[in-house]
Amino acid sequence: MELLGTRDVYGEVLLELGRKNRNIVALDADLSGSTMTKLFAKEFPERFFNIGVAEQDMTGTAAGLALAGKIPFVSSFAIFASGRAWEQVRQAIAYPRLNVKIVASHGGICVGEDGASHQTVEDLGLMRIIPNMTVIVPADGVEMRSIMQTAVETAGPFFIRTSRMKFPVIYSNGASFRIGKGDVVREGKDLTVIALGLMVSEAKAAAEVLARKGISARVVNMSCLKPIDRELIAGCARETGAVVTAEEHSVIGGLGSAVAEILSETYPVPVRMVGVKDRFGTSGTAPELLDYYGLTSRDIVSAAEEVLARKG
Amino acid sequence: MDYEGLRETAREMRINILRMIHCAKSGHTGGSLSAADLMTALYFHVMEHRPGEPEWPGRDRFVLSKGHAAPALYSALAMRGYFDAKELMTLRRLNSRLQGHPDMLRTRGVNASSGSLGQGLSIANGMAMGLRLDGNEAAVFVMLGDGENQEGQVWEAAMTAAHFRLGKVLAIVDNNGLQIDGAVKDVMGIEPLAQKWDSFGWDVETVDGHDFGRIIPALLRVRKKGLHDRPSVVIARTIKGKGASVFEGKAKYHGVAPSDQELEAALQELGEV
Repeated sequence: MELLGTRDVYGEVLLELGRKNRNIVALDADLSGSTMTKLFAKEFPERFFNIGVAEQDMTGTAAGLALAGKIPFVSSFAIFASGRAWEQVRQAIAYPRLNVKIVASHGGICVGEDGASHQTVEDLGLMRIIPNMTVIVPADGVEMRSIMQTAVETAGPFFIRTSRMKFPVIYSNGASFRIGKGDVVREGKDLTVIALGLMVSEAKAAAEVLARKGISARVVNMSCLKPIDRELIAGCARETGAVVTAEEHSVIGGLGSAVAEILSETYPVPVRMVGVKDRFGTSGTAPELLDYYGLTSRDIVSAAEEVLARKG
Repeated sequence: MDYEGLRETAREMRINILRMIHCAKSGHTGGSLSAADLMTALYFHVMEHRPGEPEWPGRDRFVLSKGHAAPALYSALAMRGYFDAKELMTLRRLNSRLQGHPDMLRTRGVNASSGSLGQGLSIANGMAMGLRLDGNEAAVFVMLGDGENQEGQVWEAAMTAAHFRLGKVLAIVDNNGLQIDGAVKDVMGIEPLAQKWDSFGWDVETVDGHDFGRIIPALLRVRKKGLHDRPSVVIARTIKGKGASVFEGKAKYHGVAPSDQELEAALQELGEV
């Protein structure tokens, strides 16, 4: 299975886009070697601003650069970009709808050994709740490339979460990301697994296991968490009658919440959320942590069986 | 405009400020009045800008980091013709373009939304970085409150401007000595303020913020700065509520609108009745 790091793709594509568009600038808060903005920094030192360990100032500075007509890409670890600088994102970027792209690495718990302080299970909720924000989590490195292209072509504030861990490639034949659209990556009729990020490949693996048990699971990549594809979510509920959500994030405020919000108003069906159950992260290797927090294909299979039992 | 003209303009601005806050029945009287002379100097003498072409690329930028002084900014913009002065009386009303704190998407001539303290200097720095990349020599002015210097982000941004040598950034501290809860020195002391900015790598000048003879040369110093120079800060000693003795030097008028009687007394003092 081919593996590709979404943050590695970010670094490469940012550099490529920077070569084509002189208005692209990048900012980092002393983590350019981890977020991968270092590639851009090396080739375009005059368009790269390392603000030091000061995420709030970095975020406000990016707003100012956007006001001067630049397209700033802002990077830090996801918890600091979304949490430490939350109010700056809200006031300085989202409220005036500025063209700032926050590409935050080290999302989720598969940050690993650094532990809870550097992991985040809250970033998607924090960003999703802000008006005017577009929130995206790529399912693989191929989709990340498409997302970057869209981000540059679309005015307005974006939050894009990348990961420390490399992801299995899903879109080996290419991806065409569209804002506000989910993507059915596997057809099925008995239930739908709606996932984002790393959990899309876990969901696909779960669907294989379920198929062997005679259960036909549809798998949807909901990489665009906001604006979310309401029609597709309601349609899946109507057509398959049960939904499992899967995310490397708290079950509070993220994808599971978003899907439940929509289904409760449109087409209520049994829902089961696979995600972090209102807990902080902890130190460990990434695979150990995914297992520890119940974020594996096995957990998705169990959730599918439970939700099918409730479907009746 | 000569100093006499500026004084008359500032007088008219104070009248506008008092009338619009009185009409809105809420707003920040004290900090708008303390900033009125500084705002007059910026919009009627120092800044290069075109009211008929608000997005003119060559314009100097202004960020009102102490966004609660919005009535002073709105008055300056209306008096320069960015929009009809009659609109000032819609301040803070539902569907008004004049929000309680500046909103760049709604108000013609506002260069940056603000209101949450501590953020404007970062925004000004970003503007200066972007303009410099384009070889644009426009100045970026940003006005902070003195209480606002309690925000940590101000000092992050102070480091950034000095580190990147943003010579076209000029910060103004409206140093009226008061904040909502009382005297700045009692709430959370910020002194020695000039030494703090100096030690962060800024050129510091302290002036009487109500004396155009001191304000104007201090603000114009930014013109002599190169694109890669030390940033400048002008600490303007001001009086909160300046121009209307009923409000002068009183913390309680930080966020309180004038009553009918207070308005009348103030207008009389300003020679308007």
